Amino acid sequence: MKTFEKSNGFYQVFERKSGPAKEATHYCPGCGHGNVHKMIAESMEELGLTKRTVFVSPVGCSVFGYYYFDCGNFQAAHGRAAAVATAVKRTNPDAIVISYQGDGDLAAIGTAETIHAANRGENITVFFVNNAIYGMTGGQMAPTTMIGQRSATTPLGRKADIHGNPIRMCEMLATLPAPTYIERVAIGHSKHIMKARKAIKKALRIQAEGKGYSFVEIVSACPTGWKMDPVASRDWLVNDMLKVFPLGVFKDEGDNLDDDSWKRHFEPFDKDKVDVYLDRMKSAVGEVEPTVLPKDLNCKFAGFGGQGILTLGLFLSQIGMRGGHHVSWFPAYGPEMRGGTANCSVNLSTNRIGTPLVDHPNVLVVMNQPSLDLFEKDVVDGGTIIIDSTVVEGTADTKRLNVVTIPASDIADEVGTPKVANVVILGALVAATDAFTPEFCESTLRAIIKKKSLIDMNMEAFRRGYDFVKNS
Amino acid sequence: MAKQFMKGNDAIIVGALAAGCRAYYGYPITPASEVAHAAALHFPALGGVFIQAESEVSAINMVYGTAGMGIRTMTASSSPGFSLKQEGLSYCAGAELPCVVVNIVRGGPGLGNIAPEQADYFQITKGGGHGNYRLIALAPNGAQEMCDLTMKAFELADKYRNPACIMADGITGQMMEVVDIPKGVTDLPDHSEWSVTGEPETSGNLVSSIVLDPHDLEDHNLKLDAKYKEIMANEVIFEEYKTEDADLIVVAYGVVSRIVYSTVDMARKQGLKVGLLRPITLWPFPTEVIARLAGTASQFLAVELSTGQMVEDVQLAVNGKVPVHFYGRCGGVVPGSKELLDEFTKIMEGVTQS
Repeated sequence: MKTFEKSNGFYQVFERKSGPAKEATHYCPGCGHGNVHKMIAESMEELGLTKRTVFVSPVGCSVFGYYYFDCGNFQAAHGRAAAVATAVKRTNPDAIVISYQGDGDLAAIGTAETIHAANRGENITVFFVNNAIYGMTGGQMAPTTMIGQRSATTPLGRKADIHGNPIRMCEMLATLPAPTYIERVAIGHSKHIMKARKAIKKALRIQAEGKGYSFVEIVSACPTGWKMDPVASRDWLVNDMLKVFPLGVFKDEGDNLDDDSWKRHFEPFDKDKVDVYLDRMKSAVGEVEPTVLPKDLNCKFAGFGGQGILTLGLFLSQIGMRGGHHVSWFPAYGPEMRGGTANCSVNLSTNRIGTPLVDHPNVLVVMNQPSLDLFEKDVVDGGTIIIDSTVVEGTADTKRLNVVTIPASDIADEVGTPKVANVVILGALVAATDAFTPEFCESTLRAIIKKKSLIDMNMEAFRRGYDFVKNS
Repeated sequence: MAKQFMKGNDAIIVGALAAGCRAYYGYPITPASEVAHAAALHFPALGGVFIQAESEVSAINMVYGTAGMGIRTMTASSSPGFSLKQEGLSYCAGAELPCVVVNIVRGGPGLGNIAPEQADYFQITKGGGHGNYRLIALAPNGAQEMCDLTMKAFELADKYRNPACIMADGITGQMMEVVDIPKGVTDLPDHSEWSVTGEPETSGNLVSSIVLDPHDLEDHNLKLDAKYKEIMANEVIFEEYKTEDADLIVVAYGVVSRIVYSTVDMARKQGLKVGLLRPITLWPFPTEVIARLAGTASQFLAVELSTGQMVEDVQLAVNGKVPVHFYGRCGGVVPGSKELLDEFTKIMEGVTQS
């Protein structure tokens, strides 16, 4: 004997179900899940959606949705169905995605996922079975448990001041602008059931038409969890629960929206398109013959934030890259950043670079006093230190180090903007180290400076810095 | 070859795009946020998906959704966020879903700080979430590898239907280096046999990690275990640097291995026979090569940005044959190469205790 006439939205035999009864559901007598399942299966079939439906069933009594629905099935973690459903829909906008959730799942552990999927207006359908109890875990309080209702974790009844009030999800979600359709129905009397069937089908149709987020709350009985017989359960549902969870339509924008107004865009992997896209990411410096680096540079650049310290490092790095060398650039990261100072480490080498952190530079640039005080002692013997003498009053140990003092900020002002002081320094650095020819640096800078109106000023700044060192 | 000078965090997304990753789900956290920034820019531009999820938990469950469709997908975070993803990773492993998750590790425990650490080694290589499972874990040490190993992670994840993790740190993420930009992969695997795509041909499939019957679940676990043994046998990647004649083998990965390259060179100049064994896959761990080197070297030293995590795997591999020393800095403190050289010298002079 069949327990009910099966829709083709169901498997005819429930092979995935354990135990011998392969044609009956695992639900208890009087449970509303069976009715809701049947309405969904029939609606899927009537709308011709079954074979492209993905049914997401999370933890709870409905975790076994995949026993029954003859469509693609996902089992999801507790509370996460809306996130899983979001991803499925975004990755195949033509799929029909159903998130079928109980009250604990949807309104407690998965509240965030529920609200945010609704708020994004995901074009999915959420069926929310509210039976005011945790069924599968053994009758504990749900977020929708009624005031006074006894449960395994509210043995004396739910009290508002201790346990909070039952949450009304439809009312809450209806405050959001994005959802298209929100209705609360019930598995109570036959007229309730007729309305429930309509709402379920309507929700799926809205999704199929690409009109966005649809949410149907189904107030449903759990005789086992409530410790009532099925008839008493139905009466309590109709007479008590519906006072707290009034039936009705809370939002319905379906008729005001065009088809596919929430249609998402997704393209599968296309190698040619990806190759073209990735190729556009390549550096503007182009390919040239490798240059000869007289010796490896281990640089530390330090100054105040806003002086272009990090950019100085990036410019030198890209000159090094164009020259065909190994290059690393690393910005100060962590405690050194405090106090408004900025610094970065840059390595240029003909060989593989080991540590990217430059603790003992052979080139130090300081554009403020604290940096000179802090880092001078770390420079290796015979190393170069370049000091912006406009900003820094002191000088360094000229016996131990090759000291270059240059009024870089003043020169930059003369060029036209203090912002190019770092490029003046770059010119000085290249002159002091002979790491590259000035022409090579200038042609690199022309390629990488994005604002073309600034190129001339940068060229002049570089050349002024370079000549200052070479002529001094 | 198309080159660009880029951050390690950006190179991850370049590798992901080339690997055919089509959906990125993430949540902002320092120092991993640049990965999400790059994804937000590039995924939609190529017709893919980018969603800034409401939480780390949601992000990994979105990954579960797209992965269950057999489409390459990823997320990235940093330590506290990675901890939150552990539940979802357990579900992905249980349901055998290929995906890639990046952890730009920061200082912990708790909120800790945003500076580099490697103290997530345990939670990445030992399972991390509930149940018997492993993540395939790859540890890049530069921008090029951030790109290349991300591609490798997608390949391995698909090959074994298992999540793969990129374990990096704030330095490797923030550092810029020259990256050879790869070409897109030439083929992607067909997962229609098990995936649920919303197309009729996969409508008979189920993505699930629930197995009610204890005997069935034991079988499922044994099947996973057999897969993990296969990965351990076939997918170990490591790098040796001057190990042939080394008396002291230093074991280090990620940014620490970069520092150790320099220190090994410094030590060699002083006549100290030091070599580096660098695990590139942290799981599977290069146990065999360490066991082999334990036959030629007289001492081992594990250097980590932690109070001692990987060192346990080194000890297991060395199996008592020779002393295994440990040197760690944590909280975001990164040792300099001279500091490490002092440590090497002490060990080789027999000053420190194992």
